[in-house]
Amino acid sequence: MRIGVVTFPGSLDDRDAARAVRECGGEAVALWHGDADLKGVDAVILPGGFSYGDYLRCGAIARFAPVMDALVPAAKGGLPVLGICNGFQVLTESHLLPGALIRNDHRKFNCVDQRLVVENASTAWTSDFEAGQEITIVLKNGEGGYVADERTLDELEGEGRVVFRYVTDAEGRNPNGSYRDIAGITNERGNVVGLMPHPEHAVEAGYGPSLDGRGFFTSIITQTLESAANA
Amino acid sequence: MGSIVVDVMLKPEILDPQGQAVGGALPRLGFDGFTDVRQGKRFVLTVDGDVTDEHLTAAREAAETLLSNPVIEDVVSVRVLDGSEEGAEDGAEDGADGKGESEDGEQ
Repeated sequence: MRIGVVTFPGSLDDRDAARAVRECGGEAVALWHGDADLKGVDAVILPGGFSYGDYLRCGAIARFAPVMDALVPAAKGGLPVLGICNGFQVLTESHLLPGALIRNDHRKFNCVDQRLVVENASTAWTSDFEAGQEITIVLKNGEGGYVADERTLDELEGEGRVVFRYVTDAEGRNPNGSYRDIAGITNERGNVVGLMPHPEHAVEAGYGPSLDGRGFFTSIITQTLESAANA
Repeated sequence: MGSIVVDVMLKPEILDPQGQAVGGALPRLGFDGFTDVRQGKRFVLTVDGDVTDEHLTAAREAAETLLSNPVIEDVVSVRVLDGSEEGAEDGAEDGADGKGESEDGEQ
């Protein structure tokens, strides 16, 4: 089970993502933004950080990196891809996922242990969770407000493509102004998932708020091993 | 050497926290008359020689693909920066005086 982790100029959490893959029993493969080569990996993670300094728009320049020329068609063909934080922004800019991420409505950078509800436990990255399960992982971003037009939001909800929703505070607010409290979504096929919170920071005892992040990595590893066994 | 100006704004229905922050700071400086601030982006694309129709077509395409995200932003205008305006902008850099002039005739 080989999971590629892409490093863009300004990626921060590529090493943590690779470590999380290894902690959960997979092999992490470093992918470089300048190479149009996915090295035959079984899945790809676009990690968090500030690719290209977040210049222009978050993820806008990374979208056109050579590695994306290989990744976009592969993702459309069914390759499992997980975009975390900046990786989610890259996925929306690439139009692999609908909508966009804008600056938090309160204008402050968030860094909190965030409760989420897993709404869709049938994607490539969430099959080890139960639908309705609550998990707590780290949320840290300045531009995490998920926006899309009403039609797109209705479509996402109608098709069960909202994968994670923020648990709101006592006043009913989510941490960044995301429409309909959306924290993460998937494509129609369920192989591409993007979310703002960081599962890779919640995989080891003693670090992070929980071990809830492990489920993302064990889901993809289990599924890939099963499909290899059935092949 | 010619230049093309591309102006991009967040769509009216998209929240603009940066504009709000600027709007919140204005009254502190005594500017009380502004009820809302929206902040956009301006790109100046420079070419060798005069700007041709091909340059403008390419600039429009760049505006739609890279310079803006159609999900949240509108390309407000793509136009040739004319010489007089260029002069006015240079003047604006030297001192604050020419500023209002160079922005005239926008929208």
